[in-house]
Amino acid sequence: MSQIHTLSQASGAVAAASDARLRVLMIGLGSEILAIETSLVREIIDPVALTPVPGARQFITSLINVRGNVIPLADLSLRLALRRSPDTVDTRFVVIEIDIDGDPVRVGIVADKVYEVTEVAMSQSLPTPRIGAQWNPDLVRSIVKWKDEFVIVPELELLLT
Amino acid sequence: MIGLDPAETFRQEAEELLEKLEAALLDLGQRPGDADLVDEAFRALHTIKGSGAMFGFDRVASFTHDFETAFDLIRKGQIAAGPEIVTLSLEAKDHIRELIEDPISTSAAPGQRIVAALQALLAEGRQGAPAASQACAASEPSMPAAASAASGWRIGLVFALHVLRNGTNPLALVDDLRELGPCLVTADTDAVPALAGLAPLDCLMSWNVTLESSCPASAIEDVFMFVRDEMELTITPFSDAALINAAAPAESAAINAPETDQAAAAERESEEKPEPGRRMEGKGQTIRVQAERLDELMDRVGELVIAQARLSQLATAGSDLAIKDIAEEVERLASGLRDSTMGVRMVPMGSLFGRFRRLVHDLSRDLGKPVEFVTVGEDTELDKTMIERLADPLVHLIRNAIDHGIEAADKRALTGKPATGRIELSARYVGAQVVVAVQDDGAGLDTARIRAKAEESGLVAPGAQLSEQEIHQFLFHAGFSTAKTVSALSGRGVGMDVVKRTIDAMRGTIDVATAAGRGSSMTLRLPLTLAIIEGLLVRVGESRYIIPLSAIEECIELTPAIEARAKGRNFLDVRGDLVPFVRLRQHFGVSGEGEPFQKIIIVTLGETRIGLVVDQIIGSHQTVIKTLTKLHSDAVMFSGATIIGDGSVALILDVAQLLAIGQGHRDSEPTAEAA
Repeated sequence: MSQIHTLSQASGAVAAASDARLRVLMIGLGSEILAIETSLVREIIDPVALTPVPGARQFITSLINVRGNVIPLADLSLRLALRRSPDTVDTRFVVIEIDIDGDPVRVGIVADKVYEVTEVAMSQSLPTPRIGAQWNPDLVRSIVKWKDEFVIVPELELLLT
Repeated sequence: MIGLDPAETFRQEAEELLEKLEAALLDLGQRPGDADLVDEAFRALHTIKGSGAMFGFDRVASFTHDFETAFDLIRKGQIAAGPEIVTLSLEAKDHIRELIEDPISTSAAPGQRIVAALQALLAEGRQGAPAASQACAASEPSMPAAASAASGWRIGLVFALHVLRNGTNPLALVDDLRELGPCLVTADTDAVPALAGLAPLDCLMSWNVTLESSCPASAIEDVFMFVRDEMELTITPFSDAALINAAAPAESAAINAPETDQAAAAERESEEKPEPGRRMEGKGQTIRVQAERLDELMDRVGELVIAQARLSQLATAGSDLAIKDIAEEVERLASGLRDSTMGVRMVPMGSLFGRFRRLVHDLSRDLGKPVEFVTVGEDTELDKTMIERLADPLVHLIRNAIDHGIEAADKRALTGKPATGRIELSARYVGAQVVVAVQDDGAGLDTARIRAKAEESGLVAPGAQLSEQEIHQFLFHAGFSTAKTVSALSGRGVGMDVVKRTIDAMRGTIDVATAAGRGSSMTLRLPLTLAIIEGLLVRVGESRYIIPLSAIEECIELTPAIEARAKGRNFLDVRGDLVPFVRLRQHFGVSGEGEPFQKIIIVTLGETRIGLVVDQIIGSHQTVIKTLTKLHSDAVMFSGATIIGDGSVALILDVAQLLAIGQGHRDSEPTAEAA
C-alpha cells in the first residue's frame, strides 16, 4: 500500500490518500484495457490523416492535425508490447496533455476502442506483478479491477519519454 | 482596454530611462569629458526623480535627488567622471532599479553608502576643498561656475506651435524662472493674428526674460528640461549696463497688453481642455503593446495564412474565375499582413547588445583585465522571442571569453599583445539565418587540455581518433570545465551545456573556432524567426515536405546522364563545382527505387551547398512553423511542421542538419525504420 502511495505522489496524481478514487477513461488497446486519468484527456477524435516523421522513435512516428495544431500521435501498444490489429470503425485518437520536462505537451494516443469514463478506487489496485506480464513493470503505475477485468493504469510520462 | 496602472506605466518608463542612464554612464567611462553624455545621464535622472515623485515612489525620488545633486557637480564640469565615479553611478542606478521594483522592503543602507561614497569622491576631486566640508559638499547650493560670472541672463523663449496641446504651460515655466531671481518678462506678440484668424491651440507668443541672478546657465536649462526639444531657448549673459535697455521692450509689451491678455486667455482655455485626439500627433510616435498581444496576433495571422492556402487550393482546382480573383486578392493581403506582423515583432540586436556592455564593464573591473568591447551589426533584426532567448546564452559566452579567453594583462604583455583585451560581439545575416559571434583575442582554446579532461571524466576513451571540432564539442557537456580554479564567474562547468541546450531548442547551431595564442570565437547560427517562412512544397514517396525557400539556390532534374556520371558517389557537377547530394528517399526510409524524373534541389547555407533529391516539386507555400514537441526531439532532420492546403501535416526540412549529413560531419546513417 505504501508503495502505491509513493508512486502516485511521485507522478503527481490526484490520489493523495490511499482510498482516493481516480476518474479515468477506459480505452481498449490490443488485448488490454488502459485507464487514462480524465484530468489529462482533452478530447477524443475520429482518426485523421497521419504524417510520418522519419527518424522519430518507433511508437511515435506520426503527426496529426488537430484543429490547426500539429501534435504527435503515439501508439502505446508498441511501448507495452501489445499486439494490435489494424484500425477498425471503433478506432479513436485520444488527445491528452501531459507535462514533459515541465512543459505541457499535447499528444494523441491511438485507442482501438473507447469504453467509458468511470471511477476506480486506487485502494483496490494491485501492485504490478514483476513477472507474468509481457510489459515493462516500470511503465505501469498500477493495475485495477474494473468489471471483472484487469485494467492497466500506465505511467504516461514515462511511457511517452 | 486593460486597466492602466500608473505605477506600472512609471515602472516601464523608468526601465527605459535606466537603460539610457546605464548606456550614458558606460559611454562616459570611455569618454570622461563628454558633456553631452553627462547631460543625457542627468536628464534621465531628473525624469526618474520627477515622475517617481508624481507616482508616489517617494524613496526613488529622494534617493535619485541625492544622487542627482552629487552628479550635478560633474555636470557643471567641476569634476571629471573618472572610472570610480562611473562604477559608483552604475551601482546607484542598480539601487534605483531595486527601489522601483520593491519600494517598501529594499534596504536604504546601500543607497546611503553610495551617496556618501559619491560625495566623498567628488569632494576629493574638488581641489582645495577643506576636508571638514566633504560630507556636505555635494548638498551645498551649487557654486557659481565660471560661465555664470555675469550679473544676469537674457533669455529668449520661443516654443513650438503645438506645445499647448501637449499640456505644456509656458507661463508656469516663466514662473519657475522667477524663482531663480527677479525677472523682467516681456511677451512678443507679433506673430499673433487678429482674433478672427486666431487658432487658440497654437502657441504663437514668445517671451523675453531678463533674469537678475548669478545662477549658472544650466539652472535655467533645467527649468525647460522637459520641453527642451520643443522650443528654442537662447541664454546670453549680460552685464549691468544692459539692464538699462530692458525698460524699452517692457513698454512695447504694455502697448500690446490687451491683445496679450486675449492670447493668454485663449491659451489658458486651451490648457484646460486639451483635445485628446490631437495629442498623439508628432514624429516617431510609438505605443506600448504587451508582448503577449503580439504573440496572439502572430498566431491569428498564422491561422489566416493556413486558411488562405486552403482557399487558394480550392480556387485553383475549381473553374470559377471570380473566386480565383478573390483568392488571389486574399493571398496578396494575407502575405502583406504577415510581413507587417513579422516586421512588428522584429527587434534590432542592438537592444540586446546594450545589456552586455555593463556585464563586460563589471567583469573587466572584477577580474582586473582591461577589455575593449566592440559590437558589430546592432541593426540586424531578429524576432523578439528569439532575442529574449538569446540573452542568457550570450551572457555565458561573453563571461567565458573574459574569464577564460582573455589572459591576464601581464601574460598578454609577454606575448606582445596590447594590454587591453578585445571582445567582439557581432551579428549579421547569412541567407535565412542570423549569425551571432562572440570573438576574443585571448589565448585560444587549449584543445589538449579539453581532451585530457574529457578522457579523465570518461567522456571518451584515451587515444580515440577525434577531430578538433569533436573535441571542442566536449565543452558543451554538462559539468565539463577545464578551469583550474573555480572563480565566482565561471569554472564550475555550468553554463556551456545550458548554452548548447538553449541554442538547440531554437534550432540553431554553435561552432567553435580557435587559434592558439590568437583567440577563439563562438559562432551561433540561428533562424531568422520562429514563426513563418516561405517554403517549397515537395514530395518524397507518399509524404510531402517543406524546404525553406530562402535556402534554395536552384532546382535541376536528376537526369539518367547525371545519375550515370555520379556512379553512386552522390556528387553532382554544377557548372564545374562539385556538389554532394543526398537522396531523401533513402534518408526518410522510403522503400523502393526512386521514381523517374526526380528533381535535385540545391540548398545552401553560408558557403556550403548540397543537393536534395526529391520525387516531385509541388510549388511554393507560405508556412506557419509549428514547432515539434519534445517527444520528437530525436527527429533532427526537421525544424518543425506545418499544415498544408488539404489540412494534412507536412514536415519542414532542417537544411543545416541535412547539410551536415551531406558533408558527412554528422551521423549519416539512414533512419531507424529504413528498409
